[in-house]
Amino acid sequence: MASTLSIHDWFNRKQQQKEIARERLDIPGNVWVKCFKCGQAIYAKDLEENLKVCPKCQYHFKLTSAERIRQLTDSFLEINPALTSKNFLNFTDSKSYTARIEDSILKSGLKDAIVTGHARINGFDAALGVMDFSFMGGSMGSVVGEKIARLIEEAIEKKSPVIIFSTSGGARMQESIMSLMQMAKTSAVLGRLRETGIPYISVLTDPTTGGVSASFAMLGDVNLAEPNALICFAGPRVIEQTIRQKLPPGFQRSEYLLAHGMLDAVVDRRELKEALTKLLKFFKN
Amino acid sequence: MAEKKVNRQLLEFEKPLIELYDKLEKLKTMSESGKFDMTEEVKLMEKRIDAVRQQIFSNLSPSQIVQVARFIQRPTTLDYFGMIFDDFVELHGDRNFGDDPAIVGGIATLDGRSVVVMGHQKGHSTKENLTRNFGTAHPEGYRKALRLMRLAERYNKPVISLIDTPGAYPGVGAEERGQAEAIAKNLREMTELTVPFVAAITGEGGSGGALGIAMGNRVLMMEFAIYSVISPEGCASILFRDAKRANEAAVAMKITAKDMLELGVSDEIIKEPPGGAHQDPKLAAKNLKSAIIKNLNPLLSLSARELIADRYNKYRKMGIFNE
Repeated sequence: MASTLSIHDWFNRKQQQKEIARERLDIPGNVWVKCFKCGQAIYAKDLEENLKVCPKCQYHFKLTSAERIRQLTDSFLEINPALTSKNFLNFTDSKSYTARIEDSILKSGLKDAIVTGHARINGFDAALGVMDFSFMGGSMGSVVGEKIARLIEEAIEKKSPVIIFSTSGGARMQESIMSLMQMAKTSAVLGRLRETGIPYISVLTDPTTGGVSASFAMLGDVNLAEPNALICFAGPRVIEQTIRQKLPPGFQRSEYLLAHGMLDAVVDRRELKEALTKLLKFFKN
Repeated sequence: MAEKKVNRQLLEFEKPLIELYDKLEKLKTMSESGKFDMTEEVKLMEKRIDAVRQQIFSNLSPSQIVQVARFIQRPTTLDYFGMIFDDFVELHGDRNFGDDPAIVGGIATLDGRSVVVMGHQKGHSTKENLTRNFGTAHPEGYRKALRLMRLAERYNKPVISLIDTPGAYPGVGAEERGQAEAIAKNLREMTELTVPFVAAITGEGGSGGALGIAMGNRVLMMEFAIYSVISPEGCASILFRDAKRANEAAVAMKITAKDMLELGVSDEIIKEPPGGAHQDPKLAAKNLKSAIIKNLNPLLSLSARELIADRYNKYRKMGIFNE
């Protein structure tokens, strides 16, 4: 269909490519990176060394699951890497769910929106799950739910504390009711974990919304968040449309949730490993 | 008669009935004037209306089912409580912040057995709906529900929950007071509940706001109820970039009682009277009651541990994927 490409389509495509490039910060050859928030040009290597936090305004860039795992762990052994999503409802919007899955796998290099496995963090064992926003906006479908359930089951078996990093636009609409049921499933498994007395630390990162915040992300024995992360049940746009009012400043950001008692602490990414280590140490001793 | 008037408020797709109702009205006026005896004709016309309605309802599209599920005349949770239970006493408040009018609950008797009951409450008019927030609950609603579940646990009473909500309330206060946390906590605690728990989706099963009180050992669904992760309008505006394509979304999302049964999300479909529950609320309540009793009975002999395991297994196996 390339021959029928209009100027308009061409511009759209250019724009899309730009957006993809923006999201994928680790493109090699990108020597200078502009901070999304303050506009500061940052030398890519410096940004990397600063754990992708802007040295000027402390803006926390989004991390891929691989970057997160690299930043945080001494070692990591992935489990259930082969699970992939299935278009069991034959769902098609502007394109079929099957095509969306294939595209996302290609673009993100991931199989789905979470990576799970056994990690060592400063010498402490943990069952670690890290969501990835670059796979369909970190949306939770059957695979995300199942990988979390299996991670927790293995944690119970091995008596490892559980740490889950969330970043998600919410439930995956293409799996409809089954994605809602993942909220039930993950919460049920966490209930069982709780019974066994094994700790669970939830780390909420930008953004954590909808069905993910209303299930496992809010259920930590300790709930931590990175600074300025959007954390909500209903998104700010939905609320604005409903109440037709301006939202208070800082609404639904980590610091706002902290002030309203929903989080234990907001932790700068550069201090996160240390904070997790302290918690793991507390629970172990 | 007032009740007939109520029935005249028709669903959009019941338009073919308008003409028939008009004719019925004329026949009745003639009959009442005393000049002619039209009793037979009136009866025939009523029969015809029923037949046409049955015809329409035998083949509803998903988006038509959505209209029935949301219909303002559809029996509400308190309507059903009145018809299903004896001695219902409403218990208010979450003991933390307030009393949410969008979720009601309390104690009642079901067929001679003490039960704890709860459900989303919508209104039959705009005024009632404003009071009830259209059945969209705040965190305090979910926390009230949890408090009632704990009460049930302490005194070993089964829990019955009726679900009918467009979703949890999206607002500043709801977010500030932890809408996400309130729902998440309920999900976890419901799995651990030590007493039998039967949930029935009577109208709209709207996303997390519905699930927040719906994780029963058994989940029943009224014939024209819906259950979905997002409203068809919401899905259409996000995925199809056009809320007007809600009809398509309703089809694509698979949200009907039949779909839920096929996907294993619900356990039983409760038959509704011809033309939907609002045409004959008493019959709808009777069907709902017997389905609740039927599904509750086998649970009564299970131990706390078995009940928890039953629920755990039910939700643990949810999900379809490639391995």
